[in-house]
Amino acid sequence: MPKPFQPSVVTANHLLDGDVIYQTAADEWSRNLSDAEVLTDEADAQIRLLHAQSQPAVTVGAYLAEVALSVEGPEPTHFREEFRKTGPSNYAHGKQVGAAPGPLEASEETI
Amino acid sequence: MYTYSDFDAEFVRNRNAQFRAQVNRRIDGSLTEDEFKPLRLMNGLYLQLHAYMLRVAIPYGTLSSRQMRQLAMIAEKWDKGYGHFTTRQNIQFNWPKLQDVPDILDALAEVEMHAIQTSGNTIRNVTADHFAGAASDEIADPRPVAELLRQWSTDHPEFQFLPRKFKIAVSGSENDRAVLRAHDLAVQIVEKDGQQGYRIFVGGGLGRTPMIGKVLRDFLSPEDLLPYVEATVSVWNLLGRRDNKYKSRIKITVHENGIDTVRDKVEARFAEIKPAFTGVDQEMLEGIKAQFALPAFRNASIEALEAYRAANPAFRAWTDTNLTDHQNDNYAIVSISLKSHGKTPGDASADQMRVMADLAERFGHDELRISHEQNVILPHVHKADLPEVYNTLRDAGLATANIGLISDIIACPGMDYCALATARSIPIAQQIATRFDELKLEHEIGALKIKISGCINACGHHHVGHIGILGLDRAGVENYQITLGGDATQVAALGQRTGPGFSADEIIPAIERIVYAYLDLRTDADETFLQAFNRVGMSPFKAALYPAQSKAA
Ligand code: HEM
Ligand code: SF4
Repeated sequence: MPKPFQPSVVTANHLLDGDVIYQTAADEWSRNLSDAEVLTDEADAQIRLLHAQSQPAVTVGAYLAEVALSVEGPEPTHFREEFRKTGPSNYAHGKQVGAAPGPLEASEETI
Repeated sequence: MYTYSDFDAEFVRNRNAQFRAQVNRRIDGSLTEDEFKPLRLMNGLYLQLHAYMLRVAIPYGTLSSRQMRQLAMIAEKWDKGYGHFTTRQNIQFNWPKLQDVPDILDALAEVEMHAIQTSGNTIRNVTADHFAGAASDEIADPRPVAELLRQWSTDHPEFQFLPRKFKIAVSGSENDRAVLRAHDLAVQIVEKDGQQGYRIFVGGGLGRTPMIGKVLRDFLSPEDLLPYVEATVSVWNLLGRRDNKYKSRIKITVHENGIDTVRDKVEARFAEIKPAFTGVDQEMLEGIKAQFALPAFRNASIEALEAYRAANPAFRAWTDTNLTDHQNDNYAIVSISLKSHGKTPGDASADQMRVMADLAERFGHDELRISHEQNVILPHVHKADLPEVYNTLRDAGLATANIGLISDIIACPGMDYCALATARSIPIAQQIATRFDELKLEHEIGALKIKISGCINACGHHHVGHIGILGLDRAGVENYQITLGGDATQVAALGQRTGPGFSADEIIPAIERIVYAYLDLRTDADETFLQAFNRVGMSPFKAALYPAQSKAA
């Protein structure tokens, strides 16, 4: 039996800097998982994924990543997504230090 | 060192201009990602977990101080101030931005470097023994041959859409420091009846189906090299499987068809194309050889060295582990460890790169090498200069005396960076190094090579590590499988699996148990880990690793 659909977010890498980004409910892109829109319905999730994939000027390799729901918002269920959310473990580089809070700048998004 | 011809310079300039236009077309939307991806990969640009990654070729691992300084500049200007040297003698930048990459490539071209054919189904950067041109046991410098192969393979029209990647390594010595038998094709310079020629290996490779390369031709006359290699690649180009990515490498072609069939086909193809090689390549090779002439070695007294060694224990320890015999008795080959305990194997900061460049310029006849073991080599250092070289390295955090020891670990980027990874490898390397440094056991343990990969692609060479560690994803948890008895030298061997894997928390204690078992059972301090393993086999190590099971049994 296929596994029932799990809560998911739409994630991708940003075209210009490769950074991990998440689709928000307001149809913006954020660098923070906590801003992501959590999708609980599979059909809805597929539509949101197609929408992400139709923005090649922003996204590369969009896909659905499973999340668990906590009081702080969505949390990764797999360690790969934990690294994507945080950054590498050997240096304090990437999101764990430099994540711009909130949505991407409009200019960043539309280039 | 090899200097670009006008043709080389023009070729790289054109490629960079093309790529700049391709990047612009991707950003303005005229190229889709599907269209752009093969183009960026052809220029060494990957998209990894957190960012783009640019892989720059360091042909046969040779760099001048000017090139090393330019890498430092790139690391500072467009990356996060460091670079990662890899087992394929490349350097990877982990954080470039897409729009900056054309400028980075132009900066590389200024110093005769590029990222072409560092990815994709082409003939990749040709690697060589990192002690080439300096080692005392060498028949001839392998780099002219490597450079000839590089020129022949770069943009070779027949070989741009191969079934899969194709990796070539070259060595000039019987002691294999270039892991020849783990390459698709390898060339070993040999001597027979006073004549120099080549032994050709084929079908080695690591990855999900590791294989030790086999001898395709025991002795090949120098003038036959290019037609013979071309014949080999073209036989595979037709015979190699394109239906299944995991069966496409030449190792599988050799395995499925048998070495004799492959050899017959290669010989037939060789006979066919040989007449077209009129000897121009041999003239080119002579020209290339002249560019790799030995430096003008200096004559100076080395008498003070022994006294300095006696008076400085730390210096003495470093000379014991980090020096290799040079073909000139007054010189030494210096290995600079990029494996400071607890640091990321293979990483160097921009400042460290500049220190190494300065040392090469002042004391090293302007030459640097990158080893497949992710260290940097100063191949020609006069022994009288060793104290100053050492002191300068020490001040830059580069004087770790651990070459060939347990903390001199090869580790691939793993899940910290790599999009294909199934587990992390860097933190495991960091923890092993830190732990054995704390135990102060490293020197007592002696020669021991640990190699770690973050997935079955085996970029960290775990199959040929004395102790190999493979990181896997077991139901969403990192799990590490151990192999023992691998060997990357001329008596190449693949490691054998010990049994069930270990979690990230259990893997360091597991490695400790293996090492203590070895210390217990070795005949004396001269019997290395690998020798001991080859003598006693797996069972004592299994018993140490899985005490509960072995008691139950
Ligand atoms: C981070 C991006 C990387 C990617 C996407 C990547 C991808 C791969 C893949 C797919 C293979 C398996 C090829 C096959 O079996 O057909 C492979 C093998 C290999 N890679 Fe990487 N790799 C990466 C980084 C590295 C690094 C950093 C090194 C050097 C430290 C390296 C060196 C090698 C080596 C030595 C092999 C095994 C030899 C062989 O080709 O059989 N790779 N890599
Ligand atoms: S072995 Fe796997 S994890 Fe490591 S660099 Fe290669 S592809 Fe990535």
